[in-house]
Amino acid sequence: MKITEKEVRYVAGLANLTLSDAETAKLQSDLDGILQHMDRLNEVDTTGVEPMTQVLFEGGETATLRADVPVAPLGNQAALANAPQPGAGYFKVPKVIER
Amino acid sequence: MDIPSLTIDRVRQALLSRQFSASELAAAALRFAEAENAKTNAYLHFCPERAMAAARRVDERIARGEDPGALGGVPVAVKDVIVTKGVKTTCGSRLLADYIPPYDATAVIRIEEAGGVILGKTNCDEFAMGSSNENSAFGPVRNPVAPDRVPGGSSGGSAAVVAQGTAVVSLGSDTGGSIRQPASFCGVVGVTPTYGRVSRYGLTAFASSLDHIGPLARSVKDAATVLAVIGGRDPRDSTSAEAPVPDYSAHLTGDVKGLKLGLPVEYLRHLTSETGDLISRGVDQLKALGCEVREISLPATEYAIACYYIIATAEASSNLARYDGVRYTFRSATGDTLADMYRNTRGEGFGAECKRRIMLGTYVLSAGYYSAYYLKAQKVRTLIARDFANAFQEVDAIVAPVSPFPAFKLGEKVDDPLAMYLSDIFTITGSLAGIPCMSVPCGKTAEGLPVGMQVLTKHFDETTMFRLADAFENVQKKQ
Repeated sequence: MKITEKEVRYVAGLANLTLSDAETAKLQSDLDGILQHMDRLNEVDTTGVEPMTQVLFEGGETATLRADVPVAPLGNQAALANAPQPGAGYFKVPKVIER
Repeated sequence: MDIPSLTIDRVRQALLSRQFSASELAAAALRFAEAENAKTNAYLHFCPERAMAAARRVDERIARGEDPGALGGVPVAVKDVIVTKGVKTTCGSRLLADYIPPYDATAVIRIEEAGGVILGKTNCDEFAMGSSNENSAFGPVRNPVAPDRVPGGSSGGSAAVVAQGTAVVSLGSDTGGSIRQPASFCGVVGVTPTYGRVSRYGLTAFASSLDHIGPLARSVKDAATVLAVIGGRDPRDSTSAEAPVPDYSAHLTGDVKGLKLGLPVEYLRHLTSETGDLISRGVDQLKALGCEVREISLPATEYAIACYYIIATAEASSNLARYDGVRYTFRSATGDTLADMYRNTRGEGFGAECKRRIMLGTYVLSAGYYSAYYLKAQKVRTLIARDFANAFQEVDAIVAPVSPFPAFKLGEKVDDPLAMYLSDIFTITGSLAGIPCMSVPCGKTAEGLPVGMQVLTKHFDETTMFRLADAFENVQKKQ
């Protein structure tokens, strides 16, 4: 087995996902099958192969920096327009720090 | 006016000869699309005010004696992962069911500057994750060619509207085949340009090193025209390329004599007989046009699925972290602490496929597994890109199938995620290499289901890709 139910719960914690027991069981079985398939990569000899960290690594140099000029920002009202709970010009969230 | 038969050229001629105005066309197209939509569920919502305003601007240009623009008056549909200012953009997700973006994607701005009239937003798999459009929170799309079958995914709605005739062209997004596969299932043209050819600004991020915006259309020429409009450097996407965008449609000469084409031997092993027969027939037709066809080898192909689903899910787990109940409309009603609010919002908001991919991506990036999975996959990605680079030393273009099989029945594959992932084998390799690739119709099975042929060329050589696909389309249309 590639992944246990306990590991699924641990990863769900890292991913900030609440999962039901049924979801956890299904994910364990799905991920197990998928990870077994992924183990095929171990068959490939990648000695001395550079990881592809940039898509067009052979595409030649591109000037990717734009001129550093100020542009109008989105603005407070527009930024908050989709907030589930805006308040006093901010995004409101449940209390983080206890006094 | 017969809306399903319109092309970009026909719209232009009709507007310039005052056969109808852009406003008349937009109103008629909206009426038609709204009436037809119940058959497919391809549009999620329409934006009539925006469409009519865009059409009026085109009419004003014509009245002033100006050119209406390359897409003047053309009805366009946009996949609902591409943001539209003031028009709901849901990404097919319950999490964003009420999200109204405060800005436009660059591709959307360019479509409207060229006179295009955006009618509405199209259905898709949630956050573009899926190969059947069955992962939409707003119900699946039915394939207009065969209503009991899927349209493909994730740009299922964008392929369906073009096939159905409820838009002339559409925008989709492609991360591992999400434009090409639905195009092949619905019998239309779908283009994934070179990575960086089209700005991703305003495309909701799924896997940033693999995401593309591209056009779907009923002809190669229309797809080429749209790509010329949306392509080119955008200062708001640092990965968008400086390379100049050619006038693709001027290169559709029909002459492909002497073009060297490669047929990857590894791909042909996976084919069901009917799709394989149609591709073979297509290759014979290309030979008859004077192309030289030879077999080539892309040896890393068998590792592409594993490589892709590691990289794509790793990037997705990171990109989707932003949907936490703070900024984007949906927040769980339960959760007294900040952490519980995050977890419950995401647990209630994301559908099963998104959760699966977030979990997989989080796992492969987690401590102890990074080198074994993510770093290894990035190295294999280099090998896949090298395979293509080697092949393009010998050939001008590669022809291949798009999908191992035609459109399958709704519900047929939902219970087996790995089987669904494995069906992406032919489209994923080109995505990983970042090269341009497209699907062009290649005939129908005995049951009448469309099959697409894929054409792939080297980075930034969309011109050769379009020229070959256009010549092939001419042969197909004569049959």
